[in-house]
Amino acid sequence: MTRALKYLALLGYVVFLAFPLLWLLSTALKTPQEMAALDPTWIPRRPTLANFADAFAEQDLIGAGLRSLVVAVATALITVALALPAAYALARFRGVAGKIAIGWVLVSQVFPVVLIIIPLFMVLRRLELVNTLAGLTIVHVTFVMPFALWMLRGYVRAVPRELEEAAAVDGAGRLRALAAVVAPLLAPGVVATLLFSFISSWNEFMFALVILKDPEVETLPLTLVRFVGPEGVARLGPLAAASLLATVPSLVFFAIIQRRLRSGLMAGAVKG
Amino acid sequence: MKRLSAALAVAAVALAAGCGSGGGDGGGDAAPGQNGEPVKLRFLSLAWQKESIEANKQIVADWNTANPKIQVEYVQGSWDNVNDQLVTSFEAGDPPDVIHDDSPALSSFASRGFLLDLTGKVPAELKSDIPQAAWDTVTFSDGKSGQGVYGVPFLQESQVLIANKKLLDGAGVRVPTPESPWTWDEFADVAKKLTKKGAYGVAWPMKSPVNKVLNLALNFGGTFFDTQNGKTTVKVGPQEREVLQRIHDQLYTDKSADPSALGMGTADPLPGFFAGKYAIVPAGVYLRQQVAEQAPSGFEWVTLPPLKGQTSQQGAVSQTLSVAADSKHPDEALKFIAYFLNGPNQAKLAKGDWLLPTSTTAAKDPALTTKENGWDVATASAKDLVVAPFLKVNGFDEWKSKVATPAMQEYFADKISLDELANRLVEEGNKVLERYSR
Repeated sequence: MTRALKYLALLGYVVFLAFPLLWLLSTALKTPQEMAALDPTWIPRRPTLANFADAFAEQDLIGAGLRSLVVAVATALITVALALPAAYALARFRGVAGKIAIGWVLVSQVFPVVLIIIPLFMVLRRLELVNTLAGLTIVHVTFVMPFALWMLRGYVRAVPRELEEAAAVDGAGRLRALAAVVAPLLAPGVVATLLFSFISSWNEFMFALVILKDPEVETLPLTLVRFVGPEGVARLGPLAAASLLATVPSLVFFAIIQRRLRSGLMAGAVKG
Repeated sequence: MKRLSAALAVAAVALAAGCGSGGGDGGGDAAPGQNGEPVKLRFLSLAWQKESIEANKQIVADWNTANPKIQVEYVQGSWDNVNDQLVTSFEAGDPPDVIHDDSPALSSFASRGFLLDLTGKVPAELKSDIPQAAWDTVTFSDGKSGQGVYGVPFLQESQVLIANKKLLDGAGVRVPTPESPWTWDEFADVAKKLTKKGAYGVAWPMKSPVNKVLNLALNFGGTFFDTQNGKTTVKVGPQEREVLQRIHDQLYTDKSADPSALGMGTADPLPGFFAGKYAIVPAGVYLRQQVAEQAPSGFEWVTLPPLKGQTSQQGAVSQTLSVAADSKHPDEALKFIAYFLNGPNQAKLAKGDWLLPTSTTAAKDPALTTKENGWDVATASAKDLVVAPFLKVNGFDEWKSKVATPAMQEYFADKISLDELANRLVEEGNKVLERYSR
C-alpha cells in the first residue's frame, strides 16, 4: 500500500515536472485558431508543423543553437576545470585564508548584474572580445564559477579524508591518491556541476544581449525573444516551436551524463 | 586528475577561441568610408511580426543593392528589452547607428545626449510628408535649455473597436463610420443591447490601464497633466473623469462589460471574443492582425472607428527611427532613414505591423485604404491622433507604474471610488513629479 502511494506521489511529481514541456509541445503543434479557442485542448485537433517552419524560416535557429552549444559546453568544461582544484584546496586546507576566500566568493554573488555590465563591456572591448563567443564564454565562466566552487567544495568535503590517508598508508603519493581514490568519488559532483554550468550558460540572456551585437554571433536566447512583441503580445506558435527545440540539447546533454549522477558511492567507506 | 583538468581546459579554450572569432567587429566600428571602402551602418530594428520582418529585410536589401558605398546591417532587437540594451551600448559608446524605438523612450535618451538632434537635417520631402502632430511626438528637451527633434516618427496606433459582425447585425444597431462614429453614449447603449445571458457587450482588458485611459481621455479634453511656469502637476477634473466613469459604469451599473476581463492583457479577450462571449473589444489597431490570424473560419468581424466624446481626438505616441549621437556616419544614417521611411516603404511597414503610417503619401496607398481587415477605418482614424500629453512629462513612467496603474486597477475593480482615485492620482502623483522637477 505504501509502495502504491509512493508511486502515486512519484507520478504526480513527474506530471508536475512534465506539464510545461507537454503544454509547450501541444502549443507548438496548434494552429493560431486552435490556440485562441476558449476551451483549450491538450491534443491538437489538426496538428501542424507550420510553427516550426515559420520559426526556422525567420530565425537562424540552427546556427544560434550551435553557437549556444559551443558557449555552454566550453563554459561547463572550463568552469569545472578551474573550480575543481580550487574547491579541493578550500575544502582540505582549512585556514583563515580559506575562510576569507570562501566568504569573498559568497560576497561576489550579491552584486547585481546591471551594476557591472557596463564596466564589463568596456573591459571586453579593450580586449577586443566584444561580439565574440570567446568573450561571452569568459563572462559566463566568471559568473558561474562562484556557485560551482561552492557546489564542488561541498562534494569534496563529503569525501572522507581518511580515504586519502588510507591510500597514503598503502603507499600512494598525494597525486595518486587524488587520481585513484578521490576523483572517482567526486564524479557525481563533477557531473552535477557540469550540468549546472551548462544550463546556466545555455539559458543566459542579459550578457549575451549586451556583448553580442551581430546576427552572425547571436546565441539562442537572443533569437527566441524575437517572437515577443510590445505589451507582452507574443507569436505563441513559433515561440513555442523554437523554445521546444531549445530544450532538446539540454535534455540530450543530461541524458548523456546522467548515468554518472548517482549517490551512495561513499556508503560504508569509513566505519562509524 | 591534474592532467585531466589541464586537458579539459586546453580543449575548451581551443573550442571557444576557434568558434568565437567568427563575428569580427560590429558595424559601429566600421571603416570611415575612406579609401573607397563602403560605410557600414548598424540598424537595430524591432520588427517582430512575420510580414513586418519581411518588409524590413526587403527594404534594407533594396537599399544595399542601390547603395554599394553605404551598406546597412539589419540587426533585430526586441521590444521587451531594447531599452536595457540601448542604455548599455550608449554608456559604453558603441550604439547602433540607426535605432528603432518608440517616442516615450526617446525623451530620456535625448536629455542625456545619446541621440543626434535632427533639427534642420531631415530632407524637406520627408519632413513635409509627415504631419506636425507626429513630429511633436519626437520633439523633446535637449537636457540643457533647448528643444530638439530626436527621431523620425513613422508608425502610430489608434484605439478602435473590434466587433463581432453577426452579433452587431443581430442587435440591429447602427454601424458607425469614420464620418459618423459612435458617441460614448451610443456605445454604452449598444453595449447594453449586446449583453445577453452569459455574453457581454464589451470586454475592457485593463492589465495596463494607464495609457489606454489617458489616450482616450482626450475625447473629452482630459489631459491629466497641467504645466505652468515649467512646473507640471497632475489634474483630475471633470474632463479627466469622463472616460474613467463611463468605463466603470459599463462594468458595474450597466453590467455590459465583463469584470473578469479587467485583469487581461490586450490580446487575452480574443478567445472569448471568438466564442461570442464578448461582442466588442476596444483595442489598438494592431490587434486586427491577431484577429485575422486567429479567428475561426466563418467568423465575421469588423473594425469600428474610434469613439467620439466632445471630439474623437486620441493621444498617440510613435515608433521612431533615430540616429545615435556616437554614430560615426550620421549623414549616411540619415540618408538611409529618409529612404527607409519614404511613402511607399512606410506603406509596406505599416501593412506589415498593422499600424498607421505617419506618411501622408503612404496613407493613400490602396493596401491601407481597402475595406479588407478594416484597413479603411483604421487608416482614417489617424487624422484624430494628437501628441499624447503625458509624453512630455518628466517622471511619467514612475507616476504610471507606482501611482496610476495600481490606483486605476483598484478603481476598475470597484475597490475605491472615483474621488479616491482622483485624490491618489493627484496627491501621490504630484509627490513623484516634484522630484523630477528639482
